[in-house]
Amino acid sequence: MSIRKVVQLMVGTGRVAEPAPQRPEPLPDRPAELNGTVQIRHVDAGSCNGCEIEIANAFGPVYDLERYGARLVASPRHADVVLVTGVVTHNMQEPLRRTVEATPRPRLVIAMGDCARNCGIFANCYGVVGAVSDVVEVDLEIPGCPPTPDAIVRALRSVTGT
Amino acid sequence: MNVAPALLALIQVMAMIAFTPLLVGIMRQVRSLLEGRVGAGVGQPWRDLRKLMRKEPLRAPGISWIQAVGPIVLVVSSLILCALIPLVGTIAFPGLPDDLFVVVGVLLIGTVALALVGLDAGSAFGGMGSSRHMTIAALVEPTVLVSIYALSVPIGSSALSRIVNQRIAEPATMAAPVSLLAMVSLAIAVVAETSRMPVDNPSTHLELTMVHEAMVLESSGRDLAWLELGSWLRLSAMLGLIGALALPWGMALEVAPLPLLVGVLTLGLRLAVLAMALATIEVFLAKLRLFRVPELLAGSFVLALLAVITSYLTVTV
Repeated sequence: MSIRKVVQLMVGTGRVAEPAPQRPEPLPDRPAELNGTVQIRHVDAGSCNGCEIEIANAFGPVYDLERYGARLVASPRHADVVLVTGVVTHNMQEPLRRTVEATPRPRLVIAMGDCARNCGIFANCYGVVGAVSDVVEVDLEIPGCPPTPDAIVRALRSVTGT
Repeated sequence: MNVAPALLALIQVMAMIAFTPLLVGIMRQVRSLLEGRVGAGVGQPWRDLRKLMRKEPLRAPGISWIQAVGPIVLVVSSLILCALIPLVGTIAFPGLPDDLFVVVGVLLIGTVALALVGLDAGSAFGGMGSSRHMTIAALVEPTVLVSIYALSVPIGSSALSRIVNQRIAEPATMAAPVSLLAMVSLAIAVVAETSRMPVDNPSTHLELTMVHEAMVLESSGRDLAWLELGSWLRLSAMLGLIGALALPWGMALEVAPLPLLVGVLTLGLRLAVLAMALATIEVFLAKLRLFRVPELLAGSFVLALLAVITSYLTVTV
């Protein structure tokens, strides 16, 4: 695409982001350090990738989660929140535990999606250790299979308080 | 002991510490707006830094003192850069020269500190980032040197403040071929040095494409805050250098309240304009393949060399 066409597209499209929904109730015992800024490390512990698509949508231009101060980062050492999706499989049990340990305090663990909360449709499968709360301590849960981007935005805004 | 240069250096450093997070915020905000987003606002880097300062630094087992000292060295070297480069005014220290070679030397101290931090934890990505960073640095530093050298030839001095003074006195020299060639090559070198597009993508999550980000992967909390602040200061100091050479108006030529105030305000304006321009250009660029980066940097070095040759030709004629 030529530069002229990109400019035309930008000007023609304008703002894609939807207006911000009402501010959700802040999480009761949330760390005060995270006011208006939260860095998120996403861990796929055995997900079907449905949740990943919704995370990508939540951070896309339409829902624009970054406007509330949330950002995905590449290393648990940079993160405040570990966002876990999917059931915990045998192979991901140890990596998940280590990722949470590598996250500096104050930290939160969010279990996202029905699989992460209670194994969902993968309950009692042979490769499954259990839900996220069976392996690490969970501070917040986002229900849904998969949760809508709206629900993800609401959960993370309750962490940042914005 | 002359107080004026020390006062000017102090003002420059304080102004840069105040402006730098805003500058990064402006760049992210411009990018967000052009992508159709709302954006986190220009204050977001401040909030991120404040939070990181309050978090416990978590260090990998078996890590050495480099992890704690490296970030501080980076910040200090960046602050020295801010003090040396003529940003607010063009008054030079009598003892510590704002010489071009000193500036590039200080720049290299920061580069090496960052590379050592990347190597320290012994993780694969950190070492990869450090090796890439040093490769790019080896190609960039000569270009910075040679391009500013081209500007110093007609004046007969490599002190940055004298170069800037001469450009304020005779604005016509800024449109001369020497100056244009040198500025283009310097701009490319600065973009590469400060890990911006198209050499490095500052917002990437893909470890294999990282250069700067890969080196800081193992740092957390306060260490990470210093590393971020240090590299942001470096970016704004280098942008300030380009600004001082390309848009030198409003510089304080003497240490008095009014010229200094004007100097600080024009510094902020200059940096904001350059940051917006850089962020806008970045939206239209894709990251270069790593093996194509040397071609880009060799191209900028050739431009710098041409600038030097042109400057010698015009001096003798």
